[in-house]
Amino acid sequence: MSAAKSTSFDLKRSLIDTILAGLISLIVFGPIVGVVLDGYSFNMEPTRVAWLVAGVMAGRFLLSLFLQTPKGQSILQGFEGSGSGVHVLAPDYKSRLRWIIPALIVIAIVFPFFANKYLLTVVILGLIYVLLGLGLNIVVGLAGLLDLGYVAFYAIGAYGLALGYQYLGLGFWTVLPLAAIAAALAGCILGFPVLRMHGDYLAIVTLGFGEIIRLVLNNWLSFTGGPNGMPVPSPTFMGLEFGRRAKDGGVPFHEFFGIDYNPNVKFLFIYIVLFLVVLAVLYIKHRLTRMPVGRAWEALREDEIACRSMGLNHVLVKLSAFTLGASTAGLAGVFFASYQGFVNPSSFTFFESALILAIVVLGGMGSTVGVVIAAFVLTVAPELLRSFSEYRVLLFGVLMVLMMIWRPRGLIRISRTGVVPRKGVAP
Amino acid sequence: MSAPILEMKEIDVFYGPIQALKKVSLHIDEGETVSLIGSNGAGKSTLLMSIFGQPRAASGQIVYRGTDITHKSSHYIASNGIAQSPEGRRVFPDMSVEENLMMGTIPIGDKFASEDMQRMFDLFPRLKERRNQRAMTMSGGEQQMLAIARALMSRPKLLLLDEPSLGLAPIVVKQIFATLRELAQTGMTIFLVEQNANHALKLSDRAYVMVNGQIRLTGTGQELLVNDEVRNAYLGGH
Repeated sequence: MSAAKSTSFDLKRSLIDTILAGLISLIVFGPIVGVVLDGYSFNMEPTRVAWLVAGVMAGRFLLSLFLQTPKGQSILQGFEGSGSGVHVLAPDYKSRLRWIIPALIVIAIVFPFFANKYLLTVVILGLIYVLLGLGLNIVVGLAGLLDLGYVAFYAIGAYGLALGYQYLGLGFWTVLPLAAIAAALAGCILGFPVLRMHGDYLAIVTLGFGEIIRLVLNNWLSFTGGPNGMPVPSPTFMGLEFGRRAKDGGVPFHEFFGIDYNPNVKFLFIYIVLFLVVLAVLYIKHRLTRMPVGRAWEALREDEIACRSMGLNHVLVKLSAFTLGASTAGLAGVFFASYQGFVNPSSFTFFESALILAIVVLGGMGSTVGVVIAAFVLTVAPELLRSFSEYRVLLFGVLMVLMMIWRPRGLIRISRTGVVPRKGVAP
Repeated sequence: MSAPILEMKEIDVFYGPIQALKKVSLHIDEGETVSLIGSNGAGKSTLLMSIFGQPRAASGQIVYRGTDITHKSSHYIASNGIAQSPEGRRVFPDMSVEENLMMGTIPIGDKFASEDMQRMFDLFPRLKERRNQRAMTMSGGEQQMLAIARALMSRPKLLLLDEPSLGLAPIVVKQIFATLRELAQTGMTIFLVEQNANHALKLSDRAYVMVNGQIRLTGTGQELLVNDEVRNAYLGGH
């Protein structure tokens, strides 16, 4: 469109858009809204349809006009220009994240002072999914190994805490690293047989692995309590408990510090530890993607044969991706278990795996920031929209379809800072 | 010249029940440019890949600088000075030129990375222009240059090239071979697998002709260029 024309509106085009949108909305809403069941018969309600269609048409008309303004044009270009693939930035590029990250940390510190218990638990859940998303992001997003049984490692972490407490008397702090190690080992065990698999086959095997873990937890009644689940101990702070009364004659947290008993303190504590762990994991992931192993993961995703022809040890690379991804899920599992105070196999169904995968895909494969945002959107939004809970899955679907149309590569485009080779040293 | 840098002794390679290489023996001396020509499916690429142990030789021996590498892993071979530019280029599509080159340094670590990258940019000026461009957005010729440069980033003593002319325009093929000649003059040992016999034979000191998994002929590049059998079979009889 020429510069002179862009100031005046192309009314004809807008009208055509409007009529098309009207027709589509008539087809969509007609049967759903216009026909209301009444016992065994139904009533026609054309006025409701007319209102909805009129609303859609007005909206489409305004949108069409807006998109013809210079501002609208630039937004449209932003959507269409998203292109495909990774965006490579100059090595000295300074991202806007420099300002956003400290701001987010400040918000995270200030947040608990204003939040009530409910909001706190919602954010804890969000952070747990951030952790899960980051872990799966290594496996799926960076290394390109489609893992549909990721929830198994999450379950290993959660049950690690419950079983460790039940049989060995281990507490939160001991289990936290142990669960990460146990999940990493499980990742390794899963990794070995699937080394030669790609794509669909890999997805099926990992899906099977996830189901095996869940079914074992569900059916081994004498050991895991089966569907009845298991209790999980509350975390402690330097051996101080958060309950009103401490067990075995100990001193509870609130008495030790001489403050009033507050049941929120437990969640506040989980929130703080979780937040620190998320920050640490974010930092580690950030460093890893810039290290040779991070580049090796991405290379493996892009072309395995080229990797092997360059003598990249693909066994090591794949196993490291599986192991690191799994250990992150193990950590998340420990937090999930202590946040719930109870674990049972129904928390670890395939739907969870799908949700975590959706987080990675929505966030943009391999993009850390995108995953963080998507994790919050997909976990916090359904909580906040509880009154519309019947439409939650619909919301998911709509979001997915819209994303695939406008942002096929995820919310945040992956951008990698170019590599600066180290200063050469003459041999 | 001196002792062979690579020697293959009576190599047999199988794909399941099918024998792809039958008692193949050849040797490459230090500083030489050797090419292997042959028609489709003769086993040229298989021979090249079997140096890297993929697929492994069922019998026979591959000796590289006095060491038996027949049963060594690919990454051992790569980190000891053999590099290859695989068939069909196989650059990393979503990585920039610089990142692709960095991937090439994996076998030896990145201590010489910036120095070597500069050398590659001198050898292939086109890559310098496109250093921050993603590899998938480049032309076939540029991708081939990138694949060769990536292989050279590991400072190899022996460079294996699998069909560098594949799918390229004649003029680009000419450029690539001019660069290879330049490279050979610096003393690099090159083992070239090609279908484009004309270019390959003109470049090489020696050449082998492969038919159905066996070495049929061998000689200097010039000898083979005028050999009647080779002319009829691979040079279109002109």
